[in-house]
Parts: sequence; structure tokens; C-alpha cells
Amino acid sequence: MTHLIPLAQQLDQIFVLAAHWLLSYLPAAIHPLCSAILSVAAIIIVFATLFALTTWLERKGLGRIQNRYGPNRVGPCGLLQPIADGVKSLTKEDIVPITADHAVHFLAPVLLVAASFLGYAVLPIGRNMVLVNLNAGVLYFFAVGSMMELAVFMAGWSSRSKYSLLGAMRAIAQMISYEVPLVLASIVVIMQSGSLSTVSIVDLQATYTGIWPHWFVFTPWGFAGFVLFMIAATAESNRSPFDLPEGESEIIAGYYTEYSGFKFALFFLGEYIGMFATSGMAITLFLGGWSAPFSFLTWVPSYVWFFAKLLAIISVFIWIRGTLPRLRMDQLMNLAWEFMLPMALLNLFTAGLWHFMAAGSLRWLVCSTMVVVPCILLSRGLKHKKKFQVRTYHYSE
Amino acid sequence: MVGEGILKGMAETARNFFGSYVSKDRLTTVQYPEQRDPQIESARSFPFLVFDGADWHDGMRCVACQICEKECPPKCIFIEKSKDKKPDAYGKPQFYPAAFNIDISVCMSCQICVEVCPFDAIKMDVVTDLSSPDRFAGLLLNKQRLAKSDEYYNSIHPTEAAAVDARRAAERARQEAKAKAAADAKSASDAKLIATTQAQPETGGPR
Repeated sequence: MTHLIPLAQQLDQIFVLAAHWLLSYLPAAIHPLCSAILSVAAIIIVFATLFALTTWLERKGLGRIQNRYGPNRVGPCGLLQPIADGVKSLTKEDIVPITADHAVHFLAPVLLVAASFLGYAVLPIGRNMVLVNLNAGVLYFFAVGSMMELAVFMAGWSSRSKYSLLGAMRAIAQMISYEVPLVLASIVVIMQSGSLSTVSIVDLQATYTGIWPHWFVFTPWGFAGFVLFMIAATAESNRSPFDLPEGESEIIAGYYTEYSGFKFALFFLGEYIGMFATSGMAITLFLGGWSAPFSFLTWVPSYVWFFAKLLAIISVFIWIRGTLPRLRMDQLMNLAWEFMLPMALLNLFTAGLWHFMAAGSLRWLVCSTMVVVPCILLSRGLKHKKKFQVRTYHYSE
Repeated sequence: MVGEGILKGMAETARNFFGSYVSKDRLTTVQYPEQRDPQIESARSFPFLVFDGADWHDGMRCVACQICEKECPPKCIFIEKSKDKKPDAYGKPQFYPAAFNIDISVCMSCQICVEVCPFDAIKMDVVTDLSSPDRFAGLLLNKQRLAKSDEYYNSIHPTEAAAVDARRAAERARQEAKAKAAADAKSASDAKLIATTQAQPETGGPR
């Protein structure tokens, strides 16, 4: 048993040790630079592969939800479909509208992909596996994440097409509206952990009482925060049911109507990479990052847990996409400003109360009530307000 | 409460997801090029020319009457009439098409050529996989590519072909009866002629 523990530790740190071993062959002066390049390359390769896998998973999952097979021609179970798609998008003609602002039109997909990859710098993928341990990591993550809005608007504006502009306008309205509950929902974690560093947030959650971990999602305010965070994350990544900016059936493809070939694929990539990044942040903040769900499972390498959790969240995203239809614009805005924002603000008070009350069942009861009762009352209020008037058409009848 | 309907919907999609792995009835997809659903009998794609017997050229029913060419709404049929004649299915000498082309990139599968043909020579096919890398020559079907046997016609449209065969058999019987009657009449008249010629000496004639 004693020799097993070092083995498990070595397996856990295998990538860290490999990086150190590789760097030992280089002069010490360029160590920081090479270490950064190595980590960045690893992140890009791993998450691009995950993107390819997710497109396959998504098409398979949606297919099964609709009682179809999904892709099953290219390779076993259609596993090589992403490669076929990649080759196809590379061989397609790159069309740029003649009236488009060429420079901005070109820069938009590049910026989107770059911005979506930047967030990974502060995500702890495993124990000691983080690119930079910023002491304002969470703040950095949200600051970089808001760059994606800029890229989306650049794409919509430079295309000089009504659909692109409509899509971009919707995207801006949606992303800014949902950024508020997204950040507010994550503040409770910062309040509790007293740190903006993602590494120390995960370290705080990677402790156990008995076999149970101290993940923030297992508290009333943490659970509410997690749900709010995930709803806002879905809206941030423009996924169904919040896919109004794309809305294939009404504005064709929204802000990337005028993109074709590999630039279109880049938008796709950027969107998924952004989704993984926000999911990774949700894992870091609420689901204990790389920590195991039970204390007796800590021998499993930490990065395995991170990616298992990430895949679970991706599956839920796919499941939701296969279930829900697109929201209307007013429903979208009402949900953000009339339901999620009050809930997120109330959640701040709940988290504060939790911090100052003595541990015990009374704390649980009071805080759970503070989450559940406003949720029921708010949703009731929203339902009552819903009055549809019969529309009369004066000229067509 | 907000989200109740969402959970209900998600339970339904989950049921579909797992159900598709358990029950085969849910997956109605047919893996097309390998598996095919049987076609309904009245399926039709493009016209073809029916021939009887073993040889496609000699057995062709078409007599190059050019009715279908004239009736074809998109004008996709081109027929060149032969100079000589060959015996048709009833043994009657008829013209035959020296060239018979159908451009199936123009054909709209209206079946009017089939409706107007008095010889049951043109019928509708059921093949659909006709894609070709050559969009001109590959889709311009000539006489040989159009010719298909009567057995094939019977196999794709059994009911319709049986009716056609019965009609043709009746027609053949009628033709044969007519020919026989004509032959009988001829032989009778011949006999009468012979009889008259033989009887002539008795009745007296110029000598």
C-alpha cells in the first residue's frame, strides 16, 4: 500500500513531471518562456481535440434524442466525422462580401478564438496544472470572456448584411444581460473563499468531511449559484435555448451569415471553446475543480476528474439543446432581469448569512428557505404577469 | 414554478435517448445504399423501352410512330425513323427507331409518353440512382440503354404488366384469327378459283 501512494501521486503529476523533464534539457534562461509555450500548446491541442470530440458527441446525442443514428459513416461509429468536417471546411471557398470591411471581417473569427482560449490560462485542470496562478484569476477570466462579445459584434458589423447585424445586436444584448447574473452568481464563491485565485478556490473545496467533499455546490447558496451560473453560461455561449443571435430559422446564422469555409469553422471552434471555458469555470467555482467526488477516490489522477466533470456538463448542454426550443427576445430579457438578477442578488445575502451563522441544521434550514421561497414567489409573479392580448390586424381583415 | 416543464421535457428526451438503444422500433432510419425499403408498385422514375424475347434490338416493340416525341411536354424524346422495315411482334412489317434518345436531365417523369403509346412499347422505370459524373452524355439515354426486357417490366410493375400482356395476347389472338380467316377466305377463294378454272372446260370457254 505504501508504494501505491507514490505511484498514484506520480500518475497524478505525470504531465507536470514530463514538462520538467523536457525543460531540463534547455538552458535555464529560457525556461519560463519554454514552459509557457509548452503549456499553451498542450491546452490548445487538448481542447481542440475535445472540440472535435464534442461535435461528434453532440451530433450523436441529438440524433439519439430524435431517434436517429447520427453520423455513422466516417470511421467506426462515425468517430472520424470531425476530420471529414475539417477537411470539408478547409477545401471550401472563402467568400468575403464585396462591401464588407475586409480587415475587421478577417479579424473577428481570429479574435473570437483567441479570446476564448485566453480564459484557460487560469483554469486549474489538475493538481499543480494551471498555466498562471493569478491572484485575480476569476476577475481575469470574466474580463477576457467579455472580449468574445467584441468579436461577435465585429463579425456582425463588418459583414454589412442585415442578418449579421441583427444577429450581432441580439448577441450583444443577450451577452451583456447575462454577464450580470453570471458574475453575480460567482461572487458568492469569492465571498466564501475570500480569494479571487482559482487555485486557492479549488484547494478550499478539495477537503473532505468523512467521505463527502466540501464542494460549494453542496450548500444552498452554492447550488442556487451553480444553477444561475449554468443558465447564464448557456446564454453566454449562445447555445440553445438562448441561440437567438444565431437563430438559423429566422436570421440564417446571425452574425456569421457572411462567413464561409474555414472562418465559419473558426466561429464554431470559438463558440465551443468558450463553452468549455465557462463550464471549466463552473467546475472550478462550484464543483470542486479537479478534486474527487469522494475521499476514497482521491487516488484517481486529478485531471481525470476535471475532464469527467467537463464531459458531464457538456452532456447536459447537449441534452438541453435537444429538449428546449428557442426563447423569444422578451422572454430572454425577462428571464435575465426579472428572475435571475434578483435571485443572484438574494443569493449574496444567503451566502453572507451562511458565513455568519453557526454550522448546523438551523443554518441549512434558513438558507434553503432563503433560496426556495423567493424562487417560487418570483416564478409565480412572472407567471401572473403573463397576459397575452389578442392581436387584431386592422388592414388584413 | 419555473423549470417544471423543462424537467418534464428533459425526461421525455432522455426516454427517447435511452429508448433508441433499447428498442429497434424507435430507429426508423434505413441505411440507404445498403438497405432499401421495398418500392411501392406504382413507383416511377423515367421511361424505358420494352423488348420481347432475347434480343433487345429485334424484339423492340417500338415502331417509331413518334407519337410520344410529339406529346412529350418538355421535348426530351428524340426519335429517328428507320428506312427499312422489320417484322413486329405480330409478324407485321413495321418501321423501327434507328435512334431513340431520352434526355433524363430534361424528363419530368409525367408518364404522358406511356399513356399515348399504342404499342405498349414505352413504360416507366423505377431506378432512381442515375447520378453520373458526365452531366451531358451520362444523362442522355440512347436506344440500347433504354431497352429493357418484358420480364424486367413484369418484375417491377407486375399488375400493370399482366394487364398489358393479357391485352397483347388478346390482340395477337385477334390478329391470328383475322389472319386465319383471311387465309381461310383466301384458300376458299383459291379453291373456288381453282374449281372455277377446273370447271371452266365443262362450262365451256374460249378454246
